[in-house]
Parts: sequence; structure tokens; C-alpha cells
Amino acid sequence: MATRQSKLFNKHKLFERHTFVLLLGILVVVAIGGLIEIVPLFYLKNTIEKVEGMRPYTPLELAGQNIYIREGCNTCHSQMIRPLRDEVERYGHYSLAAESMYDHPFQWGSKRTGPDLARVGGKYSDDWHRDHLINPRALVPESIMPPYAFLAGRTLDLSTIQDQMRTLQFEGVPYTTPMIDAALDNTMAQAGGDYDVEALRKSYDGIAGRDGTVPVRNFDGMDGAPTELDALIAYLQMLGTLVDFKTYEAGDLSNRR
Amino acid sequence: MTDRSPEIDPHSQVETTGHEWDGIKELNNPLPRWWLFIFWGTIVVAIIYWVLMPAWPAPPGMQGNTLGVLGQSDRATVAAEVSETAKMRAELASRLSAVDASAILQDHDLSQLALGLGESAFGDNCATCHGAGGRGAKGYPRLADDIWLWGGTLTDIETTIRHGIRSDDPDARMTDMPAFGRDEFLTSAEIKDMVEFVTAISGRKANLAAVDRARPIFQTNCASCHGVDARGDRAQGAPNLTDAEWLYGGDRDTLQATIFGARRGVMPAWTTRFDPATIRALAVYVHSLGGGE
Repeated sequence: MATRQSKLFNKHKLFERHTFVLLLGILVVVAIGGLIEIVPLFYLKNTIEKVEGMRPYTPLELAGQNIYIREGCNTCHSQMIRPLRDEVERYGHYSLAAESMYDHPFQWGSKRTGPDLARVGGKYSDDWHRDHLINPRALVPESIMPPYAFLAGRTLDLSTIQDQMRTLQFEGVPYTTPMIDAALDNTMAQAGGDYDVEALRKSYDGIAGRDGTVPVRNFDGMDGAPTELDALIAYLQMLGTLVDFKTYEAGDLSNRR
Repeated sequence: MTDRSPEIDPHSQVETTGHEWDGIKELNNPLPRWWLFIFWGTIVVAIIYWVLMPAWPAPPGMQGNTLGVLGQSDRATVAAEVSETAKMRAELASRLSAVDASAILQDHDLSQLALGLGESAFGDNCATCHGAGGRGAKGYPRLADDIWLWGGTLTDIETTIRHGIRSDDPDARMTDMPAFGRDEFLTSAEIKDMVEFVTAISGRKANLAAVDRARPIFQTNCASCHGVDARGDRAQGAPNLTDAEWLYGGDRDTLQATIFGARRGVMPAWTTRFDPATIRALAVYVHSLGGGE
């Protein structure tokens, strides 16, 4: 009988009879759960694996990511290869937290109407990406992806890219002031224009710690100023290629998950 | 609200909560036993889980987390599963890579094995460009016919898959057709004549005066790769121009664009994505699509 229970167990009456106390109690309980789950991520060093090769996105790739987000690619394509055998067999090495450390916002996604794109970089040729974005069904008849042919006709808008880089710098992405100043030149250089390619490579390969992380070419194969198609293909061709897996030690205790 | 002294319902002898609606009072019955057991049970399960599985992060100032008695780790699990699969395939892989590529075709079991493995790898990786069954698309060669740019023997196909074409692999098959128009090797009039010439040698009606004008130009500019007889050269990936098969199209507008700006189709190198056995199996599969030599 309730009357015979100890005093502690009768305390619930306090919560049941006072709405505000109940609200406060719920808040405290949820906060404890939240704090224990979230706070350690900020001080534990193994939250983001120690890897070599990660670098901030070049302005062209960053512009490509903006288009990727604007067109809602993330609604059908994830960028997260889970550590499951079938996924590793199909897409390659499982995704690391470090690989999205410069993504703001991250593009992991949770729905795969189309395939995962975490390691699509280098899997197909630039021409393929161009043809496929212009008309997916020309190459993959069973595809239900919408065509994005208009990207080829739109000149890349770079008016806000430096502001965005400054914002990302504030968020902790290691862009330096010279990198931000050179953003427009770097974009033209990477898209195959007659600009200083060495300066671009020096900044970004420098942070990556190895050569050849910045592909430089005319991604959309069209003459003239870089288009949105150039940016998107440059971004796609970079995905999953940055981390140097030769130096990644999966067995290391700090890389356990 | 103040705590009143408990009021006992005379009918059921159970304490009331003190709430009353139009004379109806709420009984303060204890929670059902089954519910209570499940509630406590979940807490017990949680504690067992903390012991068995990785659970608690280190407090501030320390690193790591509790690893759990079972030592479970998703990444270790997938690594073990992948290596187990690799071991399972190792026997098959060693048989595929031990023998000479052409010997696979003689061995019924081995070729069936290779075809199965090749088909699944092809569907997921190659069919995106070359189409299901290797039917090809504009700019992406049909693999189901007997026309090969770089050779159709098993060894040729294997080399192409391994290193790609104009890829970033150091051993890639690498030739570049000049952009005769854009880089101003030929005038637009000469290109126009050349379009007529190529149309004529591939067996179609063309302006014969233009063909005659283009003939010497072909010999000086094109024959070194496409051959004096324009039948192509596999060593350089130069296509045969005298047949009715076109990678990008044989109509006059497409020919004009091809000669003006050149075509530099890229096939990625696959050594980084596939093990040697899978590449060999793919070669056998592609070889089997219809045109293997």
C-alpha cells in the first residue's frame, strides 16, 4: 500500500502536483543525458581521427559544395559510408569523422535515393559528370535523377565566396588571410584559366601535406568563365580523395569506434 | 496545494489522490507490477550494457572511454569481416591471378567464376558509363562489339582497366588528339574539307572536290595516328575512320566538332579501387560481352 512506502517514494507527489516543478525536473533529466552525450565530443581528442591529407576546400570546391546544397543533392545522396561490409565493398573505406571536419554543414545525409557520394571523387571522368548532370538518363537509363543542364549555362557567382571563407575561418577552418585574398585567382586557376596554379597548389597542398590534392583542369570542358557546372564537378571529383589512407592506422586505439 | 491527510475510499480501502471531479475521486492505486518490473528491468539492462559495451566517455581532463568487457568496435568488426571475405576469395583470387589470362578461358570452372565476379563488379562500377551489358553511349565505347580502340585481347583489356585512359595513373594509356581548329593547325575551310573526306572514306556520299583537297592534309596531319589507310592504330588508341561505328557520332556536325576541338575521353584507373583478381575477372567479363579477341 502506498501509505506504507518510504518517504522518498512519496516525493513524486511534489512533481505530480506542481507543473513548474515537473517541467524543471524534465529539463534537468534531459540535460544530463544531453551533456553526457555532447560535451565529451569537445574535449576528447579521438572525436576526430588524426589523419594526414585533409585540407580546407579550395574556393572552387567550396562554391561547388554551395551548389550541391542549393540543389538539394543531399536529399537523395548521402556522404557517409558506414562501417558495414556491404558498404565498404561497394563504396570503399568507411567514412572518417576527419573527412567532414571542414564541412559546415556536414553532408552525411540519411537517405539514399541515389548512391552514396562520399568517395565518388575520381571514380568517373569529368566528361561523365558533365554528361550525367546534363541528362542522367543518357548514360543511366534507369536513373530517376533530375537533369541539371542549366548549371552549364550559369556563370559561377563568386561575389560572396571570400565572405564565406572568412566565416568558415571563424568557425575553425584553417583558411589563412592570403588564401582568402587569393580566392578569386585560385578559382580561375583551378578551373583551367591562365592564372597562377603554383600559388593555388602551394597553399592547399601545403595544408594537406602532400602533392596532387588539387586537380587543375577545365572541369566542364567548355570555354569561357567558370560555370556552376565547373564548381560542382570540381567538388564531386574531390570527395573522398583527401585523406591519405596509407598513413591511417585503423587499429590504433584512438581510432576505435 | 497542500498535502491533506490521506483519505481512504470506503468501498475499495484504497487511498485517494485528493483530486475530485464532480464527486468522483481518483484512487491512488500503485503502478501495475508488470509495468514496474519492466521499468526497473530497463535500468538493469542499461547497467549491464555499460559493462559489456563501450559506453561512458572519460570525464573532462581525461581521454578515451570505457571499452566494455566484450571489446565491441564497429570498425574492428568490419575490418574482420572484410579480411574474412578476402580470405574466402583468396583461393579464387590466387587461381585467377596464378594462371595466364588466356588460360582462364580454357578452364570452364575458372571462367564461370571470373564471369560471376566480373559481372557484379561491372554492374556497379563500369555500367554507369559503358551501359548495362556494355552497350555503350555517346563518348563511352560499346564493349559488346568487336571494335576495340586499345585492343580486345584479355591482356589489352586488363591493362586498360588497370591503368585507365588519360587518367592520372602514370602508366595510363595516353594519347592526345590535337584540337586542329582551336589550336589553329587547320583553317576552318580545311576542316570543312576534312569532314567531307572522313564522310567519304566511311562509305558515304560526299563532296568529291573537297575530298581531293583534304587527301594530302589527311596524310600530313592525321595518318600518323589513324594510319595511311585511316583504319586506325590500336597502339595509339586511334579509331578506324572507315567503318560505320562512331564513338561520338559520324554526322558532319559531330565530325566538325571532333576535328575542331578533339576528343579526350578519360577512363579512370581502377587499381586503387579493385584487387588484381577483380580486375582480371572484369577483363574476362568484358572479353565475354561479344568481341573478345
